Amino acid sequence: MGQVRKLWRGDSGMVPIVLGLAILVVYFQVRNSVFLSAGNVTNLFVQATVFILLGMAEIWLLLLGDIDLSVGYTMGVGAAITVILVDHQFHWPWYAAFAVTLLATTGIATLQGLIVIFFRLPSFIVTLAGLLFWEGMLINLVDHQGIGGSISNENKVLYNLVNGNFTTLFTWIFMVVVVLFMAQSMVRADQRRRASGLVTRARMVLVFKIGALAVAGIVLALLFNANRGTFIVLQGMPYAIPIDFAVLAAGSVILTKTKAGRYIYAIGGNSEAARRSGINVNRYRLLAFALTGLTTGIASLLYASRLGGISDNIDSSLVLYAVASAVIGGTSLFGGRGKMIHAVIGGIVIATIYNGMALISIGPATQYMAIALVLLAAVTIDSIARRGSTTN
Amino acid sequence: MTNNPGPSGSMASNSGPTSPGDPGLSTSLLSLRGISKNFGAVQAVENINLDIPPGQVTALMGDNGAGKSVLIKTISGIWAPSSGQMFWKGQEVHIHTPRDSEHLGIATVYQDLALCDNLDIVQNMFLGHEKTKVGLLDEIKMELTTKQTLADLSVSTVKSVRQLVGSLSGGQRQAIAVARAVMRDSQLVIMDEPTAALGVSQTAQVLSLIKRLAERGIAVLVISHNLNDVFQVADRAAVMYLGSLVSSGPISNYDTSSAVELITTGESSRVPPTVVAS
Repeated sequence: MGQVRKLWRGDSGMVPIVLGLAILVVYFQVRNSVFLSAGNVTNLFVQATVFILLGMAEIWLLLLGDIDLSVGYTMGVGAAITVILVDHQFHWPWYAAFAVTLLATTGIATLQGLIVIFFRLPSFIVTLAGLLFWEGMLINLVDHQGIGGSISNENKVLYNLVNGNFTTLFTWIFMVVVVLFMAQSMVRADQRRRASGLVTRARMVLVFKIGALAVAGIVLALLFNANRGTFIVLQGMPYAIPIDFAVLAAGSVILTKTKAGRYIYAIGGNSEAARRSGINVNRYRLLAFALTGLTTGIASLLYASRLGGISDNIDSSLVLYAVASAVIGGTSLFGGRGKMIHAVIGGIVIATIYNGMALISIGPATQYMAIALVLLAAVTIDSIARRGSTTN
Repeated sequence: MTNNPGPSGSMASNSGPTSPGDPGLSTSLLSLRGISKNFGAVQAVENINLDIPPGQVTALMGDNGAGKSVLIKTISGIWAPSSGQMFWKGQEVHIHTPRDSEHLGIATVYQDLALCDNLDIVQNMFLGHEKTKVGLLDEIKMELTTKQTLADLSVSTVKSVRQLVGSLSGGQRQAIAVARAVMRDSQLVIMDEPTAALGVSQTAQVLSLIKRLAERGIAVLVISHNLNDVFQVADRAAVMYLGSLVSSGPISNYDTSSAVELITTGESSRVPPTVVAS
């Protein structure tokens, strides 16, 4: 009973949305058995990639109680820069083009951050202006460099980011290394707390967590390594997966294990308290803007890869999916509460709805409405959780 | 808040800028001499002379708008004084930012407590002063120190130091804010209305916490409206009226009715006008 109440009050954070996701998965699988096939699930993860990365980009600012409405078109501009630089006209090596892209998107977000901070403007308005400005910039870039409103990508490395796969052996090695590393750090953290005489959770919880992690790793490896081609052999983990994973890991470490992360939470919770504790609030706000830009830059590489280039007419609701991914996963819009993993869960939920509904032949009109309802449910849970949360 | 120094003007002016051999400076932790603060044409506090000795609780009293909050914000570096001098252990100091006062060892526990509800007790205790190991937060060290500090202050009502501060009661929040100040080796703890929003038993807990601070040799400056609380914990009293300090001295010089008189009218027939530097 206590467990149920805890769950309801949001102590267990992501449990409601993971349950919701499970229900969706069962429903789609019953309606169409292709849904859980290796090919479709792998495809679903790749579909989710852009939502996940943009969601993680947005979380840096949502934690402060700020928002960046321009991430969709900043990503578009980033993608255009990459595609143009690796194009036959410029012939830049991929790494130089990628680096310039990341610099550019980081610069865009930092500039918007500077305007927000120095002129004391709401980030909502500044980045709304950014949305329009960078849309114009995207159209400018693409129409100037491309033909017929798009530029196609011919660079192999950029193409492979989303479409290339690791070998089956590497897929296994990656999963084993990740699971072992996470298990080892969990055990070490537990041992250190024990050695210092601090309260620890029951050993069983740790064993259960590591077991679940190992099962998840094995299931994913088997899934990615199953042959999903029809005419040719197609197997192995897509490159996009470890990229998501690396951003998730780096973002989580910054948020939970560094001073910068702690200060971002503190500012989002009570910026006056943070200021009085001697924290340079503006410095960390600017850092969060820069990190949003950097994460958006990584998203733009994967977006260009998935699109096979860049168009001057990209989906204008991308930014809304970014915010929706974060919020559906459990990050608060009011600042101070959220985790990087939320964007992963939220991104997968959105991709699941798209993917599943397409499989059972439900059109885009209903897909939009379904995502709207999930978003509404998620913010309602957020609001209830805010009223009663007692621990991290 | 007025340009008019009020009926106390003559008293306050008999000790201008300090003279050599000022006896207050050598015995006090913090001494204010002629501190004034104005916002444009509005004189918020004027010519304040006050000595705060170590190991004692000084109660700062006054009606709403008497300038108490302005005075403590000046001491804690939120606002720089318009004129006057501050002495810390006999040395003149200039406090311009909260960091300056913190470096001296002054900690201010504000009415709104300046805690982050979305962080747990340990995270709040170390906010802005985190311990790190190879660049990463050393949670175990911070948690151990937090538990030790709370135990030293006999704060035993919190269940877990990993509780979010948002879930704590008013008294517990007050205790955490005070413990944070103590943990940073503060020598002067300023508290703004520490018992204002508390129930009877929580008020008692906070008052005993204040006494324990003084027993540890810490100087405590408490703003309070509650005369019961003041007479229970204070060793010294200081009364402000319309921006001026009208009286200060050992608590034994005062009783409830004379304190009320000073707070409401700025003078009392029964209390000799004690001005610290004279």
